[in-house]
Amino acid sequence: MAKITMREAISQALMEEMDRDPAVFILGEEVGVWGGTYAVTKGFYDKYGAARVKDTPIAENAIIGAAIGAAMQGQRPIAELMTINFAFSAMDYIVNQAPKLHYMFGGQFTLPMVIRAVGGGGRQLGATHSQTPDAVFAHFPGLKVVSPGTPEDAKGLLKSAIRSNDPILFIEHATMYQVRGEVPDGEYTIPIGKSKIQREGKDVTIVTYCKGLELSMKAAEELSKEGVEVEVVDLRTLRPLDMQPVLESFKKTNRAVVVEEGWKSFGVGSEIVSRIYEEAFDYVDAPIIRVAQKEVPLPYNRMLEQAALPQVPDIVAAVKEVLK
Amino acid sequence: MKKELQIDLYHQMVLIRRVEERGAELYQQGKIGGFMHLYIGQEAVSTGLIAAREPRDRVITAYRDHGVALNCGISANEVMAELLGKSTGTSKGKGGSMHMADTSKNMWGGHAIVGGHLPIASGLALGDQYAGNDNVTICMFGDGATNIGYFHEALNLAKTWGLRVLWVCENNKYGMGTTVERASAVSEIRQKAEGYGMKNGQADGMDVMKVYDAAKEAIDFVRKQGQPYLLEVDTYRFRGHSMGDPERYRKQEEVRKWEESDPIGIFRKQLLEKKTATAKALDEIETHVDEEVAKAVEFAEASPEPALEELYADIYAE
Repeated sequence: MAKITMREAISQALMEEMDRDPAVFILGEEVGVWGGTYAVTKGFYDKYGAARVKDTPIAENAIIGAAIGAAMQGQRPIAELMTINFAFSAMDYIVNQAPKLHYMFGGQFTLPMVIRAVGGGGRQLGATHSQTPDAVFAHFPGLKVVSPGTPEDAKGLLKSAIRSNDPILFIEHATMYQVRGEVPDGEYTIPIGKSKIQREGKDVTIVTYCKGLELSMKAAEELSKEGVEVEVVDLRTLRPLDMQPVLESFKKTNRAVVVEEGWKSFGVGSEIVSRIYEEAFDYVDAPIIRVAQKEVPLPYNRMLEQAALPQVPDIVAAVKEVLK
Repeated sequence: MKKELQIDLYHQMVLIRRVEERGAELYQQGKIGGFMHLYIGQEAVSTGLIAAREPRDRVITAYRDHGVALNCGISANEVMAELLGKSTGTSKGKGGSMHMADTSKNMWGGHAIVGGHLPIASGLALGDQYAGNDNVTICMFGDGATNIGYFHEALNLAKTWGLRVLWVCENNKYGMGTTVERASAVSEIRQKAEGYGMKNGQADGMDVMKVYDAAKEAIDFVRKQGQPYLLEVDTYRFRGHSMGDPERYRKQEEVRKWEESDPIGIFRKQLLEKKTATAKALDEIETHVDEEVAKAVEFAEASPEPALEELYADIYAE
C-alpha cells in the first residue's frame, strides 16, 4: 500500500488506462501544454503527444459534442471540463444527448466516454464557480454519475469508468486534490454503482459521498471520543444508486444523517431519505436529518462562504439530534 | 454517371416521395405519432449527396431524416416500421420519425435538437482522424441551425483541428416559419464558412445531378486536403415544417412556384431528354415503388409492438 494524494490517484488512473488502451485519449481546456488547471494531467502532453492529449478551444459544446461523436464510433475519449460549473454550457450534451443516444436508437450507439469535472465550493471563487450540482446530473437515467471521496476509490473507479461502455460523469472536488490516502499496489479497479462502508459503527448511519465523506469521517472521530460510534456509508456512485449497504446499515442503527455539499432542496439527501422511508420505514427510530449547503448562491467572502457550506460541527450536531 | 446509377437515383427519389406521402396519410389516421417532418421537395439533396459518398463515409443529419435513411440503404420496411413505433423499426420503435439510424449503413442518425448533431459530427470525424483513416463525415442541417452556437463551435473545431467533415446546409428558406432573412445576419449561409477560413460552395438542390457533382468535388476536397468544407444547397420544402404546420408564414403561390421545380420532375425530364431511360421504364419504376411502399406499410402494420420489457432495455450498454 502506498500513500498518495487524490491528484496522484486520478493522474495514475488516467495514465495506466492510456498505456493500456490506445483508444483512450483526453480532450479539454488546458489539459495539454498547460498540464491541466488542477495539474492532474501534468506531464501527459510530453509523454503522449498532442494527438492523445488534446487542447481544445474554450467551447464546452465542442468538447462534449466531439467526445460523444468520437465515442459513438469506437474511441474512448475522456473529456475534461475545467469545472463542473462549465457543464451548464454543455448541458444539452450531458443530460439530453449522451444519456439518450443508446436507448433512443434501440441500442445501436454505445458511448464509452468519461466526462471529468471538478466541482465544489470552499475556494472563494464566487457563486458561478463554486457549485456542487451533482444531484442535477444524477436525475437523468442513461448517465452514470460517480464522485469518489478517497484516493483509493478515485483511482479504482476512474479506471472502471474509462473501461465502461456507458457515458460517465466523474465528479472530483476542488479542495480534495491534496487529500492523502492509501491505495493498493499494482493494478486494481473498483466497480461503479457500489456503495461502501468506510467506517463501521453501531449507533448512527451517516450516508454521504465525496467532500461529505471527508467531513463525516472527521465528525465520526469526534463523536467516537464521546462514545458515539457512527457508521459511514459512502455512496461513491450517485447513479446507479446502490442502496443495499445504506439499508443494511440503517436496519442496524435505526438512525441516520445524510451529508452532502450541494443544496438541501431536491438534493441527494432528499433521495436517500425518501428511499429509506420507502424501503425501511419499520426501522425508523428518529426523523432522518439532512446536512447540506445553505440555500444561497455561494458568496466570495471567506467567512460567509464557510458559513454556507456544511461543516464538521453541523454533522456532529445532527448526529446528536437523531440520537435524542 | 453510369446509366444504372442514374436510374437508381430516380428510384430513390420516388421512393422517398411515396414513403412520405403514405406516411402523411398514416399520420392523419393517427397511426404515426409525435412530430413528423417531411422531406418532400428536398429529395434531390440527400439523394445526390449520398450517392457521391463512399460506403465508409459517415452520414449524420437532423430530424428531417426519412429520405436520408432511405438513401443510406435503410429499407422502406424499417423506416415505415419505425414511424409506426414497431419493434422492427430501425430504432426498435424507440426513436420515431426523428431518430432513424443504422450504423451498419453508416447512417449515424436523425437528431432532433437543432444544431446539436454538428459537434457530434466533428466528433465522428475526430474519431476517424484519431484512427488514422481518411473517412469523410457528411453532416446535413437546415439553414436555421446555422444561427445557434453549436454550428459555430463545430465549424471552428473542424477547421482548427483539420477534421474531415463535409458540412451540408440545406437552405430551404425557412427555419420553421421564420425566413432566413429574418433570422440570419447573412442570407447566403456559405458566407458563414468564410469566417472560419473554410472552403465553401453552393449547389442547386432541385437538380440531383448538380448536387451529385458538387458533392463529389467537395468530398474529394475534404478527403484529400484533410479539411472541412461547407456546401450550401438551395432547396425548398413543399410541405409544412412538420405535420402540424398551419403555414401562415408563406403564400401558397410561392409553394406552387417552387413546385414547378419539382426535383423528381426535373430529373425525369433530364433522363428522357438524354434518352437515359424511356418513359415506360420510369413509369415501371414508379409502379414498382408503389408496390414496395404498400408492402412496407403492410410489414409495419403487421409487425409487433415492442415488448413491455423493452421499456427498461438499452438504458445502459452495461
